Amino acid sequence: MNMADHAPHGELDKVTGRTTTGHEWDGIQELNTPLPRWWVWTFYATIVWSIAYWIVYPAWPLVKDHTTGWFNYSSRADVAVELAKLDAIRGGKMAALSTASLEDIQKDPALLAMARAKGKAVFGDNCAPCHGTGATGSKGFPNLNDDDWLWGGSLDQIMKTIRFGARSGHAEAHEGQMLAFGKEGVLKPDEIVTVANYVRSLSGLPTRPGFDKAAGEKLFTENCVACHGEDAKGNPELGAPNLTDKIWLYGSDEATIIETVTNGRAGVMPSWEGRLDTGTIKAMAVYVHSLGGGK
Amino acid sequence: MNKTVLPSELNPDPDGPLYVAQKKIYPQRVSGTFRRIKWILMAVCLGIYYFLPFVRWNRGPGLPDQAVLLDLANNRFYFFFIELWPQEVYYFTGLLIIAAIVLFLMNSLGGRVWCGYLCPQTVWTDLFYAVERAVEGDRRERMKKEAEGLTLQRAAELTLKHSIWLMIAWWTGGAWVLYFADAPTLMKELVTFQAPMVAYIWIGILTFTTYVLAGFMREQVCVYMCPWPRIQAALTDEWALNVTYKYDRGETRTSLKKAEQARAAGEKVGDCIDCNQCVAVCPTGIDIRDGSQLACIQCGLCIDACDTVMKKIGREPRLIGYDNDINIHRRMEGKPEVFRTIRARTVIYTVLIAVVGAIMLYTLSHRTLLDVNVLHDRNPLAVRLSDGSVRNGYTMRVLNKQGIDRVVSVEVEGPPSATLQVIGVEATAAERPTISIGRDQTLELRVLVTVGSEENLDKSTPVRFRVIDTKSGEVAAATDNFVTP
Ligand code: SF4
Ligand code: SF4
Repeated sequence: MNMADHAPHGELDKVTGRTTTGHEWDGIQELNTPLPRWWVWTFYATIVWSIAYWIVYPAWPLVKDHTTGWFNYSSRADVAVELAKLDAIRGGKMAALSTASLEDIQKDPALLAMARAKGKAVFGDNCAPCHGTGATGSKGFPNLNDDDWLWGGSLDQIMKTIRFGARSGHAEAHEGQMLAFGKEGVLKPDEIVTVANYVRSLSGLPTRPGFDKAAGEKLFTENCVACHGEDAKGNPELGAPNLTDKIWLYGSDEATIIETVTNGRAGVMPSWEGRLDTGTIKAMAVYVHSLGGGK
Repeated sequence: MNKTVLPSELNPDPDGPLYVAQKKIYPQRVSGTFRRIKWILMAVCLGIYYFLPFVRWNRGPGLPDQAVLLDLANNRFYFFFIELWPQEVYYFTGLLIIAAIVLFLMNSLGGRVWCGYLCPQTVWTDLFYAVERAVEGDRRERMKKEAEGLTLQRAAELTLKHSIWLMIAWWTGGAWVLYFADAPTLMKELVTFQAPMVAYIWIGILTFTTYVLAGFMREQVCVYMCPWPRIQAALTDEWALNVTYKYDRGETRTSLKKAEQARAAGEKVGDCIDCNQCVAVCPTGIDIRDGSQLACIQCGLCIDACDTVMKKIGREPRLIGYDNDINIHRRMEGKPEVFRTIRARTVIYTVLIAVVGAIMLYTLSHRTLLDVNVLHDRNPLAVRLSDGSVRNGYTMRVLNKQGIDRVVSVEVEGPPSATLQVIGVEATAAERPTISIGRDQTLELRVLVTVGSEENLDKSTPVRFRVIDTKSGEVAAATDNFVTP
């Protein structure tokens, strides 16, 4: 806008017959269209409102704190109230979760939905760091979606594992270790290679040329059947995995199996008893079981 | 002739402030065709608004029997034979689209029909003016009383007027909340002070807004606050009929006596006698003779006022009437009038209304009462089982939109070896898993599909879930994919 050659305020616009504000842009003048007075009062009212708002509600930041307002209002307190209300609503269901048996929870669609929702949230907070958000696990941390369960896949077995953990130090925790056959000098390196190839052959994986199956079987019978069983199908009492299936906790390639036999394995799962209440642990067990339907 | 003049702009003081006081308007009583139409439409609109919540509609046991009900607590909307769930808001979208196009169509045919006859702001303001006239008297009396200041009688009149206004406003708020709960029950609760707090709060809010908007803001809402006058300016065209002062016939304005003399002398003068009756009756306080303008809500009352005058002085009525500039010019050129209702835009609007309406009717009549949605697990997409077979997990939601409990069975179609498992439901190999769902409810299920390792599957294979009502045989289906790791 060029204010230097502005039209005089109040000039009559020839086309409309109305006065102008005197503002002009390249010859285009602004018509004087007064607003109603209540409009400007409304505007002042909003200013007063904002000042009142500063006084009534927390508003201004101070060095360490902030002004608290007349009623000490805090949105955090509001959230606490809302959460308390929610807890009250859920209270009955939560109580039912801690008293009902796992089977009953599973049979009651409302309780099952509740347990799954709760279990999912708790799983995300506590279990996902090791097992992954989708419970798919990773090397050394079992996938909980499949049908292969180290310590058993029934509702009760899953519940027990969550409560006490594995090699967690809890008195009732799952125990049982894979011996470090190489390190302890029980098997010589070439024997380990042989037994590793034998293990691969159990699930139909290819073996290295010149592998002596009979020698492997002999070594296996002498050293491994105690835990993994004569049929090599594992033993959930000891957490000994099934070696005949398609699921491998650490890996099925020869090098990994050799590493496993040489150094042993002893994955740790913490015990959640005492850290989470019974209802929560039950919810988690039901949730984990529902991922793949357990076994 | 077509300049836009706001009531507040008439003769603005060139050096005056940028703000002007609201000019108080005292519309005069008027009778005639359009006034009658407005009374009838007012009765219909208010009648629907106030009494609709009390209309009953039987939907069977367990479901509300109110014809129109917005059940927010249970997320249901009932409209006579229709029951809508939250995920069906697109019906509302469709309804709003139709409503918008109907507005456009009305606009291209008869201008601001909505503003003049149907808008709640107009209807309630009209009602409030009627009360004002009944209590305080007509235009002249009201102006006189206002100028005289407060007397005891005036104080009594004002008290009466505002009490009636507040009662109407309160009833307006009261009717509003009845759409959100069972009306008779809520009525009982309201008078015994047992209704929920929100009901009272909403009645309070609507009482306040009705009282302020219809009692005080009135034409200010239309001139300054409402977007529709601005939109309408963009929607009108030269063929649309609007309330128009026919200046070809009215100018030059001449008083009755002068006109007689002039006509006797063979001079040509206009039919407008400059009696200002059209201005006196106007609820927005404008002069229609200034041409089509933003502040004119096209209520047609000035037509009635002018017709009354013309009848009295023995001239043709409709000096003001529904007309357009095209015809004014044609008459001035001595050509016959033309009215064109069938134009590109009216045809397009009508077709659009028909198409959207047909789509809505179709979807509404094909709306299923049993529905299923399936969502594939995101993580993991697929799980390899110990025997090499592959399993996918899904979240299935079954919707029973009927007023009866049902038992449904679930099955999957896809790869031949696909088997289905529903968590929490025992099922034998021979039988499909069955689940019961309460009436008017949804149920979320976790469903696992396993395909044997012998099958050579693509990365992704379509699968189809079917939910079957074991009694009626009604089927709902949803498709998703089966993914291999
Ligand atoms: S301008 Fe707006 S508020 Fe006024 S009558 Fe028209 S739609 Fe209603
Ligand atoms: S000018 Fe006539 S049609 Fe327009 S608002 Fe006034 S009375 Fe109604």
